[in-house]
Amino acid sequence: MIWFIVRRLIGLVLTLWVVFTVSFLLMRAVPGGPYSGERNLPPEIEENVKHRYRLDRPIYEQYGFELGNILSGDFGQSMRLYDFDVNQVIAQGLPISAALGIFALSFAVTLGLSAGIVSALYRGSLADWALMSLATIGIALPSFVIAGLSIMLFVFLIPVFPAAGWGTFRQLVLPAVCLGSLYAAEIARIARTGMLDAMSQDYVRTARAKGLSKLAVALRHALPGAMMPVVSFLGPAVAGILTGSVVIERIFAIPGLGWHFVQAALQRDYTLAMGLVLLYTLLLYTMNFLVDLSYGILDPRVELK
Amino acid sequence: MTINNASSASERLPANAAKGVSLGKDAWRRLRRNRMAMASLVALIIIGLLAFFTPLLPLAPPDKHHTNLQYEPPKLFPLFAKSFEFDLDAVQASRSKRSETRRELAELEQRLEQIRREAEPNSSLALETSTTAIRRMSNELSNILQRPYRNAGFPDLGAISRWMVRTRYTLLGEWSLGSIAGRDEFGRDVLSRVFWGARISIIVGIVATLVSLLIGVTYGALAGYIGGWVDDVMMRIVDILYSIPFIFVVIFIITILSQDDIKAWLESWGIDRITIFYLVVGAIYWLTMARVVRGQVISLRNEPFVEAARAVGARQSRIILHHILPNLLSVVIVYLTLTIPRVMLFEAFLSFLGLGVEPPNVSWGLLANEGVKVITPVKVYWWLIVFPSAALGITLYALNFLGDGLRDALDPKLAAR
Repeated sequence: MIWFIVRRLIGLVLTLWVVFTVSFLLMRAVPGGPYSGERNLPPEIEENVKHRYRLDRPIYEQYGFELGNILSGDFGQSMRLYDFDVNQVIAQGLPISAALGIFALSFAVTLGLSAGIVSALYRGSLADWALMSLATIGIALPSFVIAGLSIMLFVFLIPVFPAAGWGTFRQLVLPAVCLGSLYAAEIARIARTGMLDAMSQDYVRTARAKGLSKLAVALRHALPGAMMPVVSFLGPAVAGILTGSVVIERIFAIPGLGWHFVQAALQRDYTLAMGLVLLYTLLLYTMNFLVDLSYGILDPRVELK
Repeated sequence: MTINNASSASERLPANAAKGVSLGKDAWRRLRRNRMAMASLVALIIIGLLAFFTPLLPLAPPDKHHTNLQYEPPKLFPLFAKSFEFDLDAVQASRSKRSETRRELAELEQRLEQIRREAEPNSSLALETSTTAIRRMSNELSNILQRPYRNAGFPDLGAISRWMVRTRYTLLGEWSLGSIAGRDEFGRDVLSRVFWGARISIIVGIVATLVSLLIGVTYGALAGYIGGWVDDVMMRIVDILYSIPFIFVVIFIITILSQDDIKAWLESWGIDRITIFYLVVGAIYWLTMARVVRGQVISLRNEPFVEAARAVGARQSRIILHHILPNLLSVVIVYLTLTIPRVMLFEAFLSFLGLGVEPPNVSWGLLANEGVKVITPVKVYWWLIVFPSAALGITLYALNFLGDGLRDALDPKLAAR
């Protein structure tokens, strides 16, 4: 167990280093930079500024310098947002993205699980067929299309929710539902398979034979076994919700990290983009790690190596 | 294919000989019993054929502007109209002009060769002017070639598509279908754009998946077959790559590569946005493939039939090609059908961010994005969203169902669940 955690931590450091190196090299490989805009600085001043930021040194020295900065937690200044350094942008955006993500995930899990269970219990019925078709459609449509359709339906046709913005609960509902719908669909399918699998086990038949009600058997005996594949899907799901928020935040004009990232990438704000890529790597890795850990706790037979 | 081979083989055998059922035949029989999967297969074949023969269909050109008909809603009447304007004579006329330009181009290239051969130290200027002249001339050549089609409202077309457009004009004349799916911001016909978008969306999905397949199978098979510490190192690398948020890296790379000067440089090498997309996506989606193939190879390596082949002295290459690869096929096919939809979704995602296919080319993702962009409280142009996303949705729906069906058919153990 300890060995597993240590190995994962080493892996994390390695991954972050790879991401940092690749993005550093990419950034330096691009001709032009923050100083080659339409309004050029006088060459002497540019020289001085470059000297100040060590851009005139050889590339390996810059690399070491930059790496040192990031290790001490300083991601540098944003190249486009006035008066912001990368840490401030993250401090502002992260809570927003996290709130959106958590809400979307809980929506996905609640809806997905209940749909999957109902589908499995009434296998072959009309409800099963309808729920699974809905789930497959949910998987087959890009999230921005789902967002567009739901804006048309719930903002303009039946005005229940505001179209965009951030701050109130009502503004949170629509983006979170759009973000979570794909994962609700996936979870529903996985939970259905898991439930069907568990329902055919001997211990479930025994429980039924003892005279327990169908519902009690399903929830108390079959469900824990069916949860395993769902939990292992949560890793990729969290990753997907994190990255998927790029689209949703853009459509609903939510000032979270995804929105900042796209802005940064499109405006070539390299320091901000790199800081965010590193942050996302860290988040992704941690989530996968937590899922692996919880997998071992849920099922004692799983050995963590 | 398998079925034909099997039946011709059985004709040669005596009638009472026990017939072996090949894996492919067995799987095909199981797949045929799965009604949803078969319906999906048929739907996909139809979509593929329609996409391929789009230039032959009586549709309006996808990029023909009618600004006066901006945002015209779908209407069924008139169902057909004589609105297809195409100048066949211009195509004929461009032939002679093209051969002339080609001759000039050849001359320019010869001159460049000459400058290179002489290689005077101060000839770099001459070299540059010569290269620019050649580039301009070859641009001119493609302009002459494409102009009649561009005037009619087509994006740049390949040779087969050009031939199909000409054939369509000779067969159907100016008749084309009315705007039964409405018109967009520039009055372009949405139905026609959805059809032309299919061509790019599908080809992007297939090619990018094939790239990932090539990398993944090679990598996974090597790791699995060599084994030992090589396998360990190769799989650790995959583990690291797994936790990199690739969507962000891809956005990063594509924005860098689409900077104007870099883009011009890449285009001089014939690399456009779509090619970059193929490579980048192929470079991401091979990870799962590599893992799956490695696992399969490791379990196959210890199978009795591989040992038997080794015992009779078969060469390494023969074992890999004849015994291991065919057994990987089922895994690979299932993976293919399940990856194509993911790649198509990813293309849609990038198109949404403005980093995917570039106009005048269209893809379903780009079309749906155009629809999402013009959502306003004043008026809902539902047809701009509904038709492209229906096309995308149906295709991905069918691919998902076919993939699931194939998985069940090729691996009966899973089907029981």
